[in-house]
Amino acid sequence: MNAPSKIEAGDAPGPQSGPPRERLVVVGNGMAGCRAVEEILARDPGRYDVVIFGAEPRVNYDRIMLSPVLAGDKSFEQIVINPQGWYDDNGITLVSGDRVVEIDRTTQTVIAASGRAEPYDRLLIATGSDPFIIPVPGKDLEGVVTFRDLDDVGKMLAAAERGGSAVVIGGGLLGLEAAHGLNLRGMKVTVIHLMPTLMERQLDEAAGYLLKTELERRGQTILTGANTKEILGADGKVTGVRLEDGSVIDADIVVMAVGIRPNTALAAASGLTVERGIVVDDHMVTSDPAVMAVGECVQHRGACYGLVAPLWDMCRVLADKATEAAPESAGYQGSVTSTKLKVSGIDLFSGGDFSGGEGCEDIVMRDASRGVYKRVIVKDAKIVGAVLYGDTADGSWYFDMIKRGEDVSDIREALIFGQAFAAGGALADPNAAVAALSDDAEICGCNGVSKGKVVACIEGGAHSLDAVRSGCKASASCGSCTGLVESLLALTLGGNVDSGPKTLCKCTSFTHDDVRRLIVEKELRLIPQVMQELHWSTPDGCASCRPALNYYLLCAWPGQYVDDQKSRFVNERMHANIQKDGTYSVVPRMWGGLTNPQELRAIADVVEKYNAPMVKVTGGQRLDIFGIRKEDLPAVWADLNAAGMVSGHAYGKSLRTVKTCVGSEWCRFGTQDSTGLGVKIEHMTWGSWMPHKFKIAVSGCPRNCAEATIKDFGIVCVDSGYELHVGGNGGIKVRATDLLMKVATEEEALEVCAAFIQLYREDAHYLERTAPWIERVGLQYVKDKLEAEGAIGRYAARFRHSQQFMQDDPWAKRAAGDEAKLHQHLAEVRPFPAIQMENA
Amino acid sequence: MIGNWLDIGPINQIEAGTARTLPVQGGEEIAVFHTLCGEFFALVNKCPHKQGPLSQGIVHGDVVTCPLHNWNISLRNGKALGEDEGCVPTIPLKVDAGRLYLLRSAVIGGGEAGARAA
Ligand code: SRM
Ligand SMILES: Cc1cc2nc3c(=O)[nH]c(=O)nc-3n(C[C@H](O)[C@H](O)[C@H](O)COP(=O)(O)OP(=O)(O)OC[C@H]3O[C@@H](n4cnc5c(N)ncnc54)[C@H](O)[C@@H]3O)c2cc1C
Ligand code: SF4
Ligand code: FES
Repeated sequence: MNAPSKIEAGDAPGPQSGPPRERLVVVGNGMAGCRAVEEILARDPGRYDVVIFGAEPRVNYDRIMLSPVLAGDKSFEQIVINPQGWYDDNGITLVSGDRVVEIDRTTQTVIAASGRAEPYDRLLIATGSDPFIIPVPGKDLEGVVTFRDLDDVGKMLAAAERGGSAVVIGGGLLGLEAAHGLNLRGMKVTVIHLMPTLMERQLDEAAGYLLKTELERRGQTILTGANTKEILGADGKVTGVRLEDGSVIDADIVVMAVGIRPNTALAAASGLTVERGIVVDDHMVTSDPAVMAVGECVQHRGACYGLVAPLWDMCRVLADKATEAAPESAGYQGSVTSTKLKVSGIDLFSGGDFSGGEGCEDIVMRDASRGVYKRVIVKDAKIVGAVLYGDTADGSWYFDMIKRGEDVSDIREALIFGQAFAAGGALADPNAAVAALSDDAEICGCNGVSKGKVVACIEGGAHSLDAVRSGCKASASCGSCTGLVESLLALTLGGNVDSGPKTLCKCTSFTHDDVRRLIVEKELRLIPQVMQELHWSTPDGCASCRPALNYYLLCAWPGQYVDDQKSRFVNERMHANIQKDGTYSVVPRMWGGLTNPQELRAIADVVEKYNAPMVKVTGGQRLDIFGIRKEDLPAVWADLNAAGMVSGHAYGKSLRTVKTCVGSEWCRFGTQDSTGLGVKIEHMTWGSWMPHKFKIAVSGCPRNCAEATIKDFGIVCVDSGYELHVGGNGGIKVRATDLLMKVATEEEALEVCAAFIQLYREDAHYLERTAPWIERVGLQYVKDKLEAEGAIGRYAARFRHSQQFMQDDPWAKRAAGDEAKLHQHLAEVRPFPAIQMENA
Repeated sequence: MIGNWLDIGPINQIEAGTARTLPVQGGEEIAVFHTLCGEFFALVNKCPHKQGPLSQGIVHGDVVTCPLHNWNISLRNGKALGEDEGCVPTIPLKVDAGRLYLLRSAVIGGGEAGARAA
C-alpha cells in the first residue's frame, strides 16, 4: 500500500502546453476544496496542474442542499456545483471514490487507498468533518446513520420508503433538517436533544421555545433535556432508543446528528500540527510551508467553523497566497457566522454573538399575534448579534451591519423595526413613523382600533396607557401595539403623558394584574410562553419576574404546571433558609406548636449528628436547627422524616405556622379547642404556595395569647363561636387585623379560612402580604368577593383542589434523591502539578 | 495547551439557568454557571458584597442575583452591576466536545480578577 504502484504525474493533459507546471494536489472533493481551486483558476489559470482526490464516488456538489434533497424539494442533479465537464475543461484530474490514506511529506507524495500515488509541489488538504458518533451501546447497529453525504441521504430515503418511526438524536441545525425531511416523507419523528433549548448554539431560550412549538404543531415529538443511554436492536438492526430516564422510543432508523469533528487524521498522521483542527496561519498554510489546508478541517486562531460562509473567505485568501496574487493581503481574519434553518415555513435567523455580555444591550421585540421574536444585541453603538424568529426579512441587513461594525447610534431607536423603517433617515424616530400613519391605519389588531380612534380617545382625556386601554381597548388584549400607543400618547400630548400603574418589573409593560388575567385568559402555561405572548423586553426575564411568573402559573394551573426550580429564590429551591455564611437552617413542622418526645429526640439527634452549632425556639412556636451544609440537607431531612416530621416551609412564600394557645382543654378561660382547631387548620393549609408568606393563629379567648390579631388569618374563639380576622401583620409595619366575619362552627371557620386564602392566592400581587393587599383593594372588596352567593364554597373548593398537588413533603422527595444535583458539588479539586501534554 | 485545562466533566451536569459548585482543596470554591442562553461561566463562589454563595442565586441573561442581598453580578467579568461596586474573580472556562474545562492555574490560584472567560 505504501509503495506508489502507479505514477501518473504529468499524464493529465493541460489546456495549455509550455514549461512544466507546478503540481497542486487537493485532498477532498468537497465544498472548500473545489471552491479553492475555482478561486485559484480565476486568478492564474495556467499556474498549476491540478489533481483532486475525493473519497465520495461523485463530482462536487452543494452539501448544504442535502437537506432539500431529503425533503424532496431538490434532486441530486440540481445540487451539483461542478459537473464532470468543469474538471475536463480546466484540465483537472478528478480521482473520485478513492480515499487518500497517506501523505509522505519527505517525498511530497500522496497515496490513495487504491495505491495510486501523486507527487505534489503544493498540497491542499480539504477533508471537511466527520459526524460525531456518541459512544453509546448499539451505535453500530444497522439503521443508525449520520447526515453528512449523499449516501446518508440514500439510507434515510430507503428507510422512509418502508415507513415507521425515526429518532433523530440532536436538535441542532442538521438534526432538525433531517427530522423535517423524514417527517415530510411520512415517518413518525422524535427528536432527542440533550440541552433544554433546540439549536442552543444559535438560539436563545425564547426563539428555541417558538421553534419547538412550531415543530410540535407539525407532528414531531421534541424531547429536550433528554439523554440517550442506549440504542436498542434485534438481529443486528435498530429497534429503538432508550433514554437515561428509562423510557424507550421505537425506531426503524436512528439519525445521529450531534455534531461534527474536523477530519484531521490524515494530517495528524503525516506529522502536521493538529489541535482540534489542522492548525493554519492567516494564509491557510499549515506547519509545513508546502501544505495548505482549508474548510471545516482547519483551526484558525483557535476557531473551527461548521458553516460555508467562512470557507468562502478562507478560499479567497488561500488563492491569493497560492498564486501570489495579493502579496500585501492581511490574510484571513476569522469570520462572524450566521445561521438560517432550511425548514420550509419556518423563518429563523441567528447571526453574530447573541449571548450578550459586558456593556451589551438587548433590544427585544415580540409580536405574539404573528409569532415573531426579534432580538438585536448592541454593544458600543454597534450591532454584535441578532436572533430573529418568524420574520427574518432583516436578517441580512443586521448581519451586514454586524460584519461591517457599523455605528448604529443614529438609528438605535428604530433599529428593531427593521431596515425599511430605520433606514429612512427622518423616520429613525419611531414617533415620526407613527405620525406618518394615516388615521385609518389599524393600531390594535385584536380590537380593531384605528389610529384616529386612539388619538380621539387620548384627546378625550385618556392621558395614560391604562386610560387608553380602558377607553378604546387599544393595547388591552395582547399588548403587541403598546409601543405604538405609547408613541401616539407622546405625539398627541407632548411630554404630558401620565405614567401608568407600576409594571410587574422592567422586563414588561404589563402590571401584575394584567399578567395574572392574561395568563388565565390566553391559557398561558409556561414561562417562555408568557414572555413571548406578553412581549417581554428581555430574553429570559430577571430575578423579579421569574419567581412571580412561576407562582402565577402554579396558582393558575394546579396539578398541571411543573414548578420551575430555576425561577425559585434559593430558600424555596433548597427548602431551607440560607444563612449569612451560606449554610442553611432547618425548621420542621410542629403542627399547631405541639410536639412530642419522639420529635424532640429526632431533632436532638440531628443537632448532634450534623454538629449543628445552634438550635433555637422560633417566634413561630417551633424549633430551628442552624448551620447545616447544603450537601447534608437530604440526610438531615431523611432523619427528620423518619420521626414523622415534614418541612415547616419556614423558607417559603407559603403557609408558615399556625400558632395556637392552650385553649379550652386546659386553660381556665378557654372557650373553644383552639389548639385542636389550629392543628386542623395547619393540616388543611400546609404546603400551599402563596403570593407571600402566610401566618395563621388561633386564640382560645379574647385575651388572645396566640396574637391572632396580627396574623394574615387569625381566629379568636368566643363563647358563641369563632371570630375570623384577616390582614394582620406583625412585621415591618404592624397592622392589626380587620374582622371579616363571625361563624358558629369549626367547619365554617375552616371553610372561610380556605376561601380567604384562595382569594388571596388568586388576587394579590407576588410579594404582597395580606396586609398591604387589603389596604390596596379594601376590606369591602374582600367581603364582596366572599359574601357573594356560594362564593365561599367555590373558593374553598379551588383551594382544596390545588392542595391535592401541594401536600407532598418536599423534604421526603429530596431525601429520596430528587434534584440531587442541587445538593451535590460538581466535583472536588485537589491541586496537583499540571501535567504537560502538549499535542498529546 | 491541553494540560493547562482541567476537565470538570460533561456539560449536561449543569442544567441551564442554574449553577453548581466545585470546592477546591486549599483554595476558593468555584461556582460554574450555565445560562439560559446556553453559555457557561466560572466564578469564585463568593459575592463581593458579603461573600454570599453566588451559585445559589437566580440566573437571568448573563447575570446572577446574589441570594443574600440581591446584588446583581455579571457572570462575564464578575463585576457588580448597577449602583453596587465590587468584583469577584472569574476563572477562564472553555467548552470542547461537550465537556467543560477550567484554566488550571486560575482554579488553583483563585481566579483572575476581571479576566474574560475564554
Ligand atoms: C426564625 C425566625 C426568628 C426566630 O428565631 O424566631 C424568623 C427568621 C427570619 N425571618 Fe421572620 N422569623 C420568625 C418569625 C417572624 C415573626 C413572628 C411570627 O411569625 O409570629 C414575624 C412577625 C410576624 C409577621 O410576619 O407578620 C416575622 C417577620 C419577618 C419579616 C417581616 C414581614 C413583614 O411582612 O413585614 C421578614 C422579612 C420578609 O419576610 O420580607 C422576616 C424574615 C425572616 C428571615 C427569613 C430573614 C431572611 O429573609 O433570611 C429570617 C430567616 C432566619 C432563618 O434563616 O431561619 N420575618 N418573622 C422566626 C421563624 C418562625 C417560624 O417558625 O417559621
Ligand atoms: C445536511 C447538511 C446541511 C448543511 N447546511 C448548511 C447550511 O445551511 N449552511 C451552511 O453554511 N452550512 C451548512 N452545512 C455545512 C457545510 O456543508 C459545510 O460547512 C461544508 O460542506 C464544509 O466544506 P468542506 O469542504 O470543508 O467539507 P466537505 O464539504 O465535507 O468536503 C470534504 C470532502 O473531503 C472528502 N474526504 C475526506 N477525507 C478524504 C480523504 N482522506 N481522501 C479523499 N477525500 C476525502 C469527503 O468525502 C468530502 O467529500 C450543512 C452540512 C450538511 C451535512
Ligand atoms: S428580626 Fe428576623 S430578619 Fe431580623 S435579624 Fe432577627 S431573624 Fe433575622
Ligand atoms: S452577599 Fe451578595 S448581595 Fe450581599
